Amino acid sequence: MTGRTLFDKIWDRHVIKELGGGYALMHVSRHFMHDGGAAALERNRKKGYPVRDTSLTFGTMDHAVSTEPGRTAATRSQFAARLDAMRDECKLAGVKLFDIGQPGQGIIHVVGPELGLTLPGTFLVCGDSHTCTHGGMGCIAFGIGSSEVSHVLATQSLVQRRPQTMRATFDGTLAPGVRSKDLILYLIGQIGTAGGTGYALEYAGSAIRSLPVEARLTLCNLSIEAGAKIGFVAPDETTFAFLKGREYAPKGEMWDKAVADWRTLPSDADATFDREVKIDVARIAPQITWGTSPEHVVSVTERIPDPESVADPDKKRAMQAALEYMGLKAGNPIAGTPVDWVFIGSCTNSRLSDIQEAAALAKGRKVAPGVTAWVVPGSETIKRQAEAEGLDRVLTEAGFQWREPGCSMCLAFNGDRVPPGKRSVSTSNRNFVGRQGPGARTHLASPAMATAAAITGTISDVRSL
Amino acid sequence: MDKFNKLAAIAAPIMRQNIDTDMVIRIERLRDLPPEKLGPYAFESWRYKPDGSEAPEFVLNRPPYRDARIILAADNFGCGSSREAAVWSLHAFGIRSVIAPSFGPIFYNNCFQNGVLPITLPLETIEEMVAEVEASQGTGKLAIDLEACTVTTPSGKVTSFKIDPLRREALLSGLDQIEQTRGREKELATFEAKDRQQFPWLYQTA
Repeated sequence: MTGRTLFDKIWDRHVIKELGGGYALMHVSRHFMHDGGAAALERNRKKGYPVRDTSLTFGTMDHAVSTEPGRTAATRSQFAARLDAMRDECKLAGVKLFDIGQPGQGIIHVVGPELGLTLPGTFLVCGDSHTCTHGGMGCIAFGIGSSEVSHVLATQSLVQRRPQTMRATFDGTLAPGVRSKDLILYLIGQIGTAGGTGYALEYAGSAIRSLPVEARLTLCNLSIEAGAKIGFVAPDETTFAFLKGREYAPKGEMWDKAVADWRTLPSDADATFDREVKIDVARIAPQITWGTSPEHVVSVTERIPDPESVADPDKKRAMQAALEYMGLKAGNPIAGTPVDWVFIGSCTNSRLSDIQEAAALAKGRKVAPGVTAWVVPGSETIKRQAEAEGLDRVLTEAGFQWREPGCSMCLAFNGDRVPPGKRSVSTSNRNFVGRQGPGARTHLASPAMATAAAITGTISDVRSL
Repeated sequence: MDKFNKLAAIAAPIMRQNIDTDMVIRIERLRDLPPEKLGPYAFESWRYKPDGSEAPEFVLNRPPYRDARIILAADNFGCGSSREAAVWSLHAFGIRSVIAPSFGPIFYNNCFQNGVLPITLPLETIEEMVAEVEASQGTGKLAIDLEACTVTTPSGKVTSFKIDPLRREALLSGLDQIEQTRGREKELATFEAKDRQQFPWLYQTA
């Protein structure tokens, strides 16, 4: 008998009933909601469906909240009705909500692991495509639509088709200035944004094992940009050390039992995968996107690619449209491109280690004239920790704006927008047309690269800062 | 949910790779509008000029494609955000099927929740369909038969497609999945009791 993958082990323990043709009714062990969840709660309430297990659903406010410095829970905005609806519906349904101003508020994919709610071995869903982030803790986590959210609330279960498995093995040592964001952007550049479609994607190899948990969360966050709605890293001692003592993590004897179970989860040595990709990490330089898809990515040392060099006509058209939208010329070096905005934040890169890195690089330097640079911490707790370390002062003295926690201009829902035609280097996950605001031009990069862009006023190699 | 059985309709080609759900429906529209009012905002940034008037060159603004019920698309249609409003806006516009070589996985699931049929076919097959449709200036209809799992082009060429039986039957019957799962109460309760015993640390969340 061949061995089982981590994915097989977690999937199998959540099957309530096989439904045939690869489909199964799956038990959901963690369900997270953001402030877009009120509609599903209301719909179910009106249909007379109570929340089946209120101890397994948790909510917070992130998409629609203001990140204006000094905001409070009562800060009124055009989104007040939406936030109030979420408060009311959570209260009526008996769902725990981490509201503005409280520890636990923040981007849902940041606070789940931070609170110890996201645990290895869980089957975790949320009505947001970047739910794959939680896979960095060693669980199966993925985004679902609003109808599926209703199903989970009413039944604590979900009908899903079992995906195939894929393993991306990253071996070697990361070069200076290279972060997990660069690893995942590089992979997407290699396999394309549909390269992982239909697969659950396991990240493995010596380079992944050496990553701290926060960097693994960043890595898994972009799984969906590779086409895989599920991406994960096997839980190990690094994961357990991260989790131990967190508010909702198991305690005492229960902790020991849990860890004993989690140690059995990693893929067996003889497990096989439907697709395998191997990456030599030593070859990877800091990455930056040039176009309007995360697969439009190059090393910061490279030139902007020429659509004429591509045979596939659909791909060529997409590249031409991207160059036009981005206001860039094929063949020019990407480095040296002038930048108007810098955004350090989002469920990809807004954790304490990201902010520490930005502050370390910004210390004693200044944001270039004409550049607006924001740092938006991922959660209330991260904001308080960063302030306790004095990072906010370092950043504001350098000319960055230090803001309140939320999704902010990653998706520009709350009104935080890059103006039309302006060029932004962003630590977020999507450089889609209009993503950061109509006409906004987004370049995705690591927090280190974003900080370098803020200080130099151009896309720059952080290694030469 | 709408049932889906047979559909003979105008098909609009939008052959660009990686059309993400942000392109299908802008996030601002999710704030105030109910699903059935999203039709005018599908592909908003392509359909309208900055002054709000229609962009005449965009396919869904051109007759006969204005009446399209089918979209012919390239790889990775509906990638990106999980927003179900992408499907809602297409449905409200009148779209009942999208034919593409591959789909964003969350969009794909969301289609079935709303009676929209996503059909996966090889790019070359879709390009042949586009050529036929365009040769007829868009008037030639594609005929989809979910019972038989076929698409028939205006010239009568029949292509079979594969779809998971569970999804097919749900579309054919217009099944409400929540009601169906609620009907499995005994299986849910049995599983939950066993899970609490086996993995008690998952339930210490008070």
